[in-house]
Amino acid sequence: MSNIISDETIEYVGILAKLELNDEEKERAKKDMGEMLDYIDKLNELDTTGVEPMSHVFPVNNVFREDAVVNNDGREAVLLNAPERKEDCLVVPKTIV
Amino acid sequence: MSLMSLTAVQLGEKIKNREISVIEAANAALDAIDAKESSINGFVTVDRENALKRAEKVQKDIDEGNILSPIAGVPVAIKDNMCTKDMLTTCSSKILGNFKPSYTAEAVINLEKAGAVIIGKTNMDEFAMGSTTETSAYGATKNPWNTEHVPGGSSGGSCAVIAAEECSYALGSDTGGSIRQPSSFCGVTGIKPTYGTVSRYGLIAYGSSLDQIGPIAKDVTDCATVLEIISSHDKKDSTSIKRDDIDFTSALVDDVKGMKIGIPKGYFGEGLDPEVKEAVLNAAKELEKKGAILEEFDLDLVDYAIPAYYVIACAEASSNLARFDGVKYGYRTQDYNGLHNMYKKTRSEGFGAEVKRRIMLGSFVLSSGYYDAYYLKALRTKALIKKAFDEAFAKYDVILGPAAPTTAPKLGESLSDPLKMYLGDIYTISVNLAGLPGISVPCGLDCKGLPIGLQLIGDCFKEKNIIRAAYSFEKCEKKL
Repeated sequence: MSNIISDETIEYVGILAKLELNDEEKERAKKDMGEMLDYIDKLNELDTTGVEPMSHVFPVNNVFREDAVVNNDGREAVLLNAPERKEDCLVVPKTIV
Repeated sequence: MSLMSLTAVQLGEKIKNREISVIEAANAALDAIDAKESSINGFVTVDRENALKRAEKVQKDIDEGNILSPIAGVPVAIKDNMCTKDMLTTCSSKILGNFKPSYTAEAVINLEKAGAVIIGKTNMDEFAMGSTTETSAYGATKNPWNTEHVPGGSSGGSCAVIAAEECSYALGSDTGGSIRQPSSFCGVTGIKPTYGTVSRYGLIAYGSSLDQIGPIAKDVTDCATVLEIISSHDKKDSTSIKRDDIDFTSALVDDVKGMKIGIPKGYFGEGLDPEVKEAVLNAAKELEKKGAILEEFDLDLVDYAIPAYYVIACAEASSNLARFDGVKYGYRTQDYNGLHNMYKKTRSEGFGAEVKRRIMLGSFVLSSGYYDAYYLKALRTKALIKKAFDEAFAKYDVILGPAAPTTAPKLGESLSDPLKMYLGDIYTISVNLAGLPGISVPCGLDCKGLPIGLQLIGDCFKEKNIIRAAYSFEKCEKKL
């Protein structure tokens, strides 16, 4: 395996991905990610000099429209899915200490 | 014979002619589900009560002449990553285990307008990440041809319930082969349309630049009929394309005289099961007998599609799945200490191993210092792959190959080695990268009695070519 994933990298990826891994999961993730990156490194065989990155296959542009309300008030329907609610608000842990 | 042995269009015809009522059709599906689900596990949710209520309403609409569609009253199963109002939509994940959307996906609305009766939601790989339907949080789906084998994935539930005759037709979604590969494994027909043809509004996103919804059914006629109904230009999906050539059923013509079919040599090399190879090449010969012109050619970059795909799809997934944080809907962890700990614990408990693996890879390739080397490199590779297809379609009307390198593997064989599982998508993945339409049609059985799928790929917006070729093949083929 040419891509060795360090503890620091996995720690950092965990922060970016908002995932908490136990030690066993961390070791597995290091191995899996290293193997995948080894495989992905195959792309380096290709000369892509001067090739524009293609995010969309068709020339898509921003679609502009009037910001008009077309749906009904879905507040109650949306709040029905809330893990925790108080009246018409979502309850979340304290964010400002 | 069960009504579920009929194709969707045949059943629709009988409903239209008043030979069968919509309620009888719905009950036939529900009875088949009762009889078979314990061995197949193709559904996450079966909504008996609402299906019957809906059937009554549709019957009334038909009686009053309000619905004239060829599939009015026919039962449908929807992959569980498409939102259905007030009906559980889990994406086969624990994190959405209790999620009842407040709206319905546009493709499903289009079906409802045509009188479809939704029977339930089908099992899938969690968030469509997988090729076997084993990563579902609600247990693996079994292949109806042999329940020791996987149905493929990620639309494994949709394909299995059609193969098992539990429902008339289904919707699936295809990000890297998730309609075509399980269709191949289950001996059913499935189309992945040109990117932008079917609205993604209400489809829970995995890789947004690759995801497309498509039909899964017993034959090409059903698929073309359903695709015609679900295709629409939708302002709510910014990548939706306005097309005026969606009369796909007009391509149900048994004639391939003069059609130029390219056979990429790279699709028949190392790693392809000899029995699959033989069946697919025999299918090509059948089309040749009908007047198609076959030619082998070199399709460049076949080996680079999978690594490019995993970078792009995982990058998009890491961003798309950031929304599952335990705040607005879905699962929230019980004990936590502050906001960030709540996010982390919710996601770590709510997502399965494969989803976490892909989110982490995606976060990594997008992170500062790696973005150019991985993400942009993959997007440049995608541009080259698209160019290779453009060159091929300058010469050919259709590209023909297998849908998958093997028939369905046994349950439990794939998950231990993710990379090996990813390699199973080699013939389907580049189609998504290039935004092309593709169809998988059954073309034989291997010595174990498992189905083999023929894949036909068309140029962008040329669904009609592949529908015509697939329909012509179906007409000459000795039925499975």
